[in-house]
Amino acid sequence: MNNTSKPDTFKHSEAIKASLKKRYARERRFQWYGRLAVLTGFVFLFILLFDIVSKGYPAFTQQFIKVSINLDLDQLDLPPNATQEQLFSANYLGVIKASLREMFPDVSGRKDKQQLYRLLSVGAEYNLRDRVIENPKLLGHTTDIWLRAHSESGSYLKGQVDAAMPESDRRVKDLQIGWLEELKAEGRTESRFNVAFFTNGDSREPEMAGIRVALYGSFFTLLVTFAIAFPIGVFSAVYLEEFAPRNRLTDLIEININNLAAVPSIVFGLLGLAVFINFFDLPRSAPLVGGIVLSLMTLPTIIITSRAAIQSVSPSIREAALGVGASKLQTVFHHVLPVAMPGILTGSIIGMAQALGESAPLLMIGMVAFIMDVPGGVTDPATVLPVQVYLWADSPERGFTEKTSAAIMVLMGFLIVMNALAVYLRKRFELK
Amino acid sequence: MPGVRRTFFGAVMETTTVFLVLVALTFISFFMGRKRSHAVASGQGGARSLHSLPKHYGYMAALWALLPALLLLVCWLIFEGSFLSKLTVSELPQQVQQMPANQQGLYLNQIISYALGSTDAAMLDEAQLTAAKHYQELAATSRTLKAMLVFLVALIGAVLALRRIRPALRARNHVEGIIKWILFGCSFLAVLTTLGIVLSVLFEAIRFFHEIPLADFLFGLDWSPQMAIRADQVAASGSFGFVPLLVGTLLISTVAMIIAVPVGLMSAIYLSEYATRRFRSITKPVLEILAGVPTVVYGFFAALTVAPFIRNLGESLGLHVASESALAAGLVMGIMIIPFVMSLSDDIINAVPDTMREASLGMGATMNETIRKVLLPAALPGIVGGILLAVSRAIGETMIVVMAAGLSAKLTINPLEAVTTITVQIVTLLVGDQEFDSPKTLAAFALGLVLFFVTLVLNVIALYVVRKYREQYE
Repeated sequence: MNNTSKPDTFKHSEAIKASLKKRYARERRFQWYGRLAVLTGFVFLFILLFDIVSKGYPAFTQQFIKVSINLDLDQLDLPPNATQEQLFSANYLGVIKASLREMFPDVSGRKDKQQLYRLLSVGAEYNLRDRVIENPKLLGHTTDIWLRAHSESGSYLKGQVDAAMPESDRRVKDLQIGWLEELKAEGRTESRFNVAFFTNGDSREPEMAGIRVALYGSFFTLLVTFAIAFPIGVFSAVYLEEFAPRNRLTDLIEININNLAAVPSIVFGLLGLAVFINFFDLPRSAPLVGGIVLSLMTLPTIIITSRAAIQSVSPSIREAALGVGASKLQTVFHHVLPVAMPGILTGSIIGMAQALGESAPLLMIGMVAFIMDVPGGVTDPATVLPVQVYLWADSPERGFTEKTSAAIMVLMGFLIVMNALAVYLRKRFELK
Repeated sequence: MPGVRRTFFGAVMETTTVFLVLVALTFISFFMGRKRSHAVASGQGGARSLHSLPKHYGYMAALWALLPALLLLVCWLIFEGSFLSKLTVSELPQQVQQMPANQQGLYLNQIISYALGSTDAAMLDEAQLTAAKHYQELAATSRTLKAMLVFLVALIGAVLALRRIRPALRARNHVEGIIKWILFGCSFLAVLTTLGIVLSVLFEAIRFFHEIPLADFLFGLDWSPQMAIRADQVAASGSFGFVPLLVGTLLISTVAMIIAVPVGLMSAIYLSEYATRRFRSITKPVLEILAGVPTVVYGFFAALTVAPFIRNLGESLGLHVASESALAAGLVMGIMIIPFVMSLSDDIINAVPDTMREASLGMGATMNETIRKVLLPAALPGIVGGILLAVSRAIGETMIVVMAAGLSAKLTINPLEAVTTITVQIVTLLVGDQEFDSPKTLAAFALGLVLFFVTLVLNVIALYVVRKYREQYE
């Protein structure tokens, strides 16, 4: 028996040895698949961020053109010693047009002139008006004034327009390019940090559009969300962890919380529309309703993380408090909650970050309007940052693509700060 | 416009003032309760003779003053609007009262917006102006009445509580009992939210199915809700066949899962089984950034970068690709879901007991054989559960498809064509001004009901499977 089995074993181990090479190769291949998968994730992330940043960073600068403006009183339709009101409604546009014609005297023909005027932003006259009201001594003199460029001439000055393209395919025409080159050679163009992007509301003109309204709207909305979701979330977590009896009602509550965490956000928007706007008659487009809807949406996140934080408080703290005669409620509010607070805050910040990036339910309740006035409170119509991104992404002008990416960068900046804060709190929490 | 803000703000201020006075009353009740507890105790040997600390008597008085009054205030705010409208309508001329509901609503809205100061008198007729005045008077009365009743209830509550204070009164237990109910109320809100969602979509959906038969909705092959041009047309309501939307949604979700599942699962396997601790601790948070990116950013990325790229690529290969192809939306949605699949599978794989790993490796299996023949079969139910959760998320995802998928419903399974999804249709039907009773608007709620139901079923199954799986190894 021994004699026959020996070569057999030998044969088996030979076969195993032969297969080993294949098996190891397969092992290596498998590891490479894994590396490839991780790499794919990285590549997607990189492309996404690179795409946004490369599209968005030019929006943080803005082009200005220096125009010698002849603030002639006749041209402005102003009497000498004009009042503030007259200054406010003077004919600045006419002055700007006249000054542009003076700078380029050979321009003739209606169409060419139109093109000339389009070098400057529609908002240039308000620029000029503000300057004049600020300093009425300018009246009657010729002065060099920096005025905001139109978004198209701005994009040429930023080098985004390929002049080699056929003229019909680009929005900046050959004539305009000639003028702009001339202005540039004379040092009459300048690139500045785009303050208007942070101080203006929405606008139809890309070079004047800003995110201020959206920032205020997001702030008010998050304020409402936090004011509702944080106390209710923490109280629910306390109840479920510390007081809830094991019965069907508690089970029902827990199942509901888990399911709400996975309900699509747009369904919360439907709830907001049907219940808060149509039934309770709350104002449309208001941060109040947006905040309520988002708080219902973030509640599950806050409850689930708060419960985990409360659970991780060591039982010895509870027992010590109960042992010296504290009631159950005193134990929880005086001893357990303070220890669990960093964990609870971490969860709440993550919930708030979710709420800040959310837009679908807000579309349902009408926070998707064109709004130029900064909201003064939670009941004024407003929009929020992600919805502003959505609105601008729909606009066809090239200038808005840039703005959209820039708004995304601001939004992501806030999210990164919030998440970093959450990570920092969690780290401190873990040290304890 | 400033007029609107002032009057609307005025109404809010009114409520805020009432609320602030109520808070002040609560504080006063607290101090009076505490003082009274000292007073009743002084005859019987000071604060020692009290059952609870003096502050608990204060809390009790404060809660009694605050809670009933607050409840009244909230109810008042909720029902004030509809009650005022009803009263205004009852004063309107006969022919207005007999108008159809939506016309009457419009008529009434004009009155109210004039009364609040947001429109000019020029838009209104004589009867409306009278009614607006009437409305303003009613609103003023309501405001006064609200303030007085709220304060009265607060006072009665405080007095009742104060009168009950005796040294033997178990104030702390009383207060804690109330607080426990408040805590319970907070957690019961989750149930109320679900109930609110179900009722709000269900009611509108039922009204929709009164006009459009359920079978037409579920099995119709044609979706074009934009047809109601003339109200007297026989088939003025367009066609509401749900099948193309379902197919479109599933098509985009499938593309997304084809990207997300292999990448997410393989990343999870690599990170949990092969990667060094250091590599893992850097890689995982970086990949999770993908989960924190707002969906509107993905939508922008899909619409402006990926879709044109795919179209150009397809054209260079001689294929016709729609500029809002399902492929682009699905691809980007897949990227969004990668971290979701990854962290779910990571949890699941880590839950497989180490003994199983070690047994397999000890038998001489390579790591890859251990993973494929031991770990994955053991983790399969959990992974399937995780994938179901991911599918439910893909189906409910809104912004990416709103920005990158098409609007017209086409019944196709070609990912290079433009399709539309349930969520896109909900958004397009509801964004912008709509009259609330048209089948178009109601259809959005019917779609919402379907969406809620489908995701609910997926979630319940997934959560159940994952829980069963966890219990198996605990």
